[in-house]
Amino acid sequence: MLAARGLRKRFGPVLALDSVDLEIRPGEVLGLMGENGAGKSTLIKCLTGLHRPDAGTIERDGRPITLRSPRDAEALGVSTVHQEVHLIPHATVAENICLGREPRRNWLLGGSIRWRRVRERANAALARLGLALDVRREVSTLPLAIRQLVAIARALDIEARTLILDEPTSSLDRDEVERLFSTLRRLRGEGLGIVVVTHFLDQVYAIADRIAVLRDGRLVGAALAASLPRAELVAMMVGRAIAPAAARASSEAERPRAAALSARGLRRRGALDGVDLDVAAGEAVGLAGLLGSGRSETLRALFGADPIDEGAIEVSGRRHSIRSPGAAMRLGLAFLSEDRRGDGILPSLSVRDNLITALQAQRGILRRVGRREAAALADRLIASLRIKAPSASTPIARLSGGNQQKVLLARWLATDPRVLLLDEPTRGIDIGAKADVLALVASLREKGLAVVFVSSELEELAAACGRVVVLRDRRSVAQLRGADVDPSAMLAAVAAAPEGGARD
Amino acid sequence: MKLRPRDLPLLVAAIVLVTAFAAGALRYDHFASVAVVRNLLVDNAFLGVAAVGATFVILSGGIDLSVGAVMAFTGVVVAALVERGGVHPGIAIAIALALGAAFGLLQGAIIRGFALPAFLVTLAGMFLARGMAFAVEPQSRPIRHPFVATTLNESATIALPLGETSTTIPLTVSIGAVTFVVAWFVLRQTPFGRRVYAIGDDLQGATVLGLPVAATTIAVYAISGFLSALAGVVFVLYQQAGDPTACKGLELDAIAAVVIGGTLLRGGVGSVVGTLIGVLIYGLIQTIITFEGTLSSWWTRIVVGALILAFVAAQRGLERVGRRLADA
Repeated sequence: MLAARGLRKRFGPVLALDSVDLEIRPGEVLGLMGENGAGKSTLIKCLTGLHRPDAGTIERDGRPITLRSPRDAEALGVSTVHQEVHLIPHATVAENICLGREPRRNWLLGGSIRWRRVRERANAALARLGLALDVRREVSTLPLAIRQLVAIARALDIEARTLILDEPTSSLDRDEVERLFSTLRRLRGEGLGIVVVTHFLDQVYAIADRIAVLRDGRLVGAALAASLPRAELVAMMVGRAIAPAAARASSEAERPRAAALSARGLRRRGALDGVDLDVAAGEAVGLAGLLGSGRSETLRALFGADPIDEGAIEVSGRRHSIRSPGAAMRLGLAFLSEDRRGDGILPSLSVRDNLITALQAQRGILRRVGRREAAALADRLIASLRIKAPSASTPIARLSGGNQQKVLLARWLATDPRVLLLDEPTRGIDIGAKADVLALVASLREKGLAVVFVSSELEELAAACGRVVVLRDRRSVAQLRGADVDPSAMLAAVAAAPEGGARD
Repeated sequence: MKLRPRDLPLLVAAIVLVTAFAAGALRYDHFASVAVVRNLLVDNAFLGVAAVGATFVILSGGIDLSVGAVMAFTGVVVAALVERGGVHPGIAIAIALALGAAFGLLQGAIIRGFALPAFLVTLAGMFLARGMAFAVEPQSRPIRHPFVATTLNESATIALPLGETSTTIPLTVSIGAVTFVVAWFVLRQTPFGRRVYAIGDDLQGATVLGLPVAATTIAVYAISGFLSALAGVVFVLYQQAGDPTACKGLELDAIAAVVIGGTLLRGGVGSVVGTLIGVLIYGLIQTIITFEGTLSSWWTRIVVGALILAFVAAQRGLERVGRRLADA
């Protein structure tokens, strides 16, 4: 048995782990759940020697152990498959399985690798997973799901007693997930203790015997999966109780008046698995769901940032295949990404230059936004959005987060869009700025814009949206409207079991 | 054996080599002769040794710009120790090799320890080593010690009895050959060699898989430093002099040979066999241009430039094909 006792880890001002106790028992699959930033990754990294905890101990069979590197952890039988499939792409399957622990000849022969032994060991590890594969193939030529299994085979090649899988299903499709799970069940039968980190509710109930939930670096609870209702699990994850009376999700699909944007059956491998969405002019529709449920992915697909594999998108009643953000912009779509720093601001440019970039992109480089036009536009937007900046020529990096966000919103408003796609527009900005952004969204909606609003704060969705589409495991599973749009009902819909008929 | 997409660049390079040699043999009399091949090997032995070092570094995802400068530094150190200090050439060579390895080790430790780009650190190393070479010997100094002139350059040769065209293989070529064989063994057959590939292929992955990334990186630069010094020694035997201005920009010739040999500049893919072919192609182009007689030797560079472009473009195309195969 592997156990964490009172683990604590601090990164600067952030307490990533706070007195976490966790037991990983042999012959059991433990589902580790938690929202973004709950501390799952930190916990895993402590257990695998990539981080050293500031306080607390890790015990193997009751004896405290010290892990300085992934090697130490492996030596003690703790194997990890990390979230991004970390294999060496241009090395063969056999090599990847044995890398770092190759069988060697003695020093007289230069300590050379016994390649035949390497292949035999790789074959043995793969056979344990029921996988027949040419071990001489290069890993980069294999599909992701197979690479995932190869990574597990690598983890098993040592005498692993504990197997930790960090979000192993995030890039797999349905069949591949089932295949992985049957492998895990087989290993559980062999007596391995297995930890699966995931944020897919259906999947955790499909595989886990016990579920542990982290929130804000603390262990909020651990319980047998069979005795933990979904609603309670979700409540533990988001830190709020669900009022039982409100636990009813209406799912009648009444078509709204003339949709400005309408999507049917959006699918994208590893991201979306059937999302329907309509939003009319003058309407704000919220997207609710847990982390990884497909909220951001839906917006990115609508905006053409990630191509869809299947599905139809209609803008103002006409079908379009949106293949690029440029195409989306020409159709009057605007997308505010959740990654303000990475996808949004141009930090060293002025507020004014940041404001005009989208408009300039829409016009193309031949029709320059003139100096006078830019100045007038900037002044108008700064005033109407109440952006607090010393002047329009101040570098945007000097503004507060809330004001940067307003600039980004204003940037899109300059292009005169018909549909606004907002991904977590209030994340990381102060309360006053939040209220401003929400008020702004309301006024834009009243002016006739169609708004799709993604937020993990359910109150915000309830306040800003007349209708909410609930996503679970990358599908749209329910729609709430009118009085049903309240946080408890949204949570109930997020937690509902798939058999409950909540699917559209 | 099944042909893998990553082996294609190597195959293409081999075809280019054979075709170029055949073309030369058809066009010029006496081209396909033992003497021509021997000269090709003798004239490029030092480049070959340096290119092996560059192969290690490039496979690991790095770059070493200090090669030529370290070669020149090694040369003048040997010359100064032998001719001014009265040190036996054998000992002088050993000292020079140790200095080269230490220099590379230091560069590797700085790159890894301070997480600095290899380009910058080895650029600084290039200036440093070149400057030190001039500090030791402001001008070229011939080495007249009999151990170098006679023992190493005349006695330590291997006779090849090929009937009428029998010839001798000088020590410099033997050193080059041994370097290639040892490097092939280390890269292909030892865990250390596989780690060099792994960190060049996916550094983050190698870290998470628990490989000793820091030690491997530092060792790679130490190897490059050592092989630069060894290339410098080969150059000294070839020229019988230590010259602080020697081998300017040779690191770029070495990198060119590595790239022509099918090794990806971003690391993780390639082989020392490819590098050997790359060096031979490089030398062959020079030989052909010499035979042509009317062309200036700068034409070598023009052809090499064109070849690198063609190879890099072809590699990118092959990568795309490979990725499509993976997705299918």
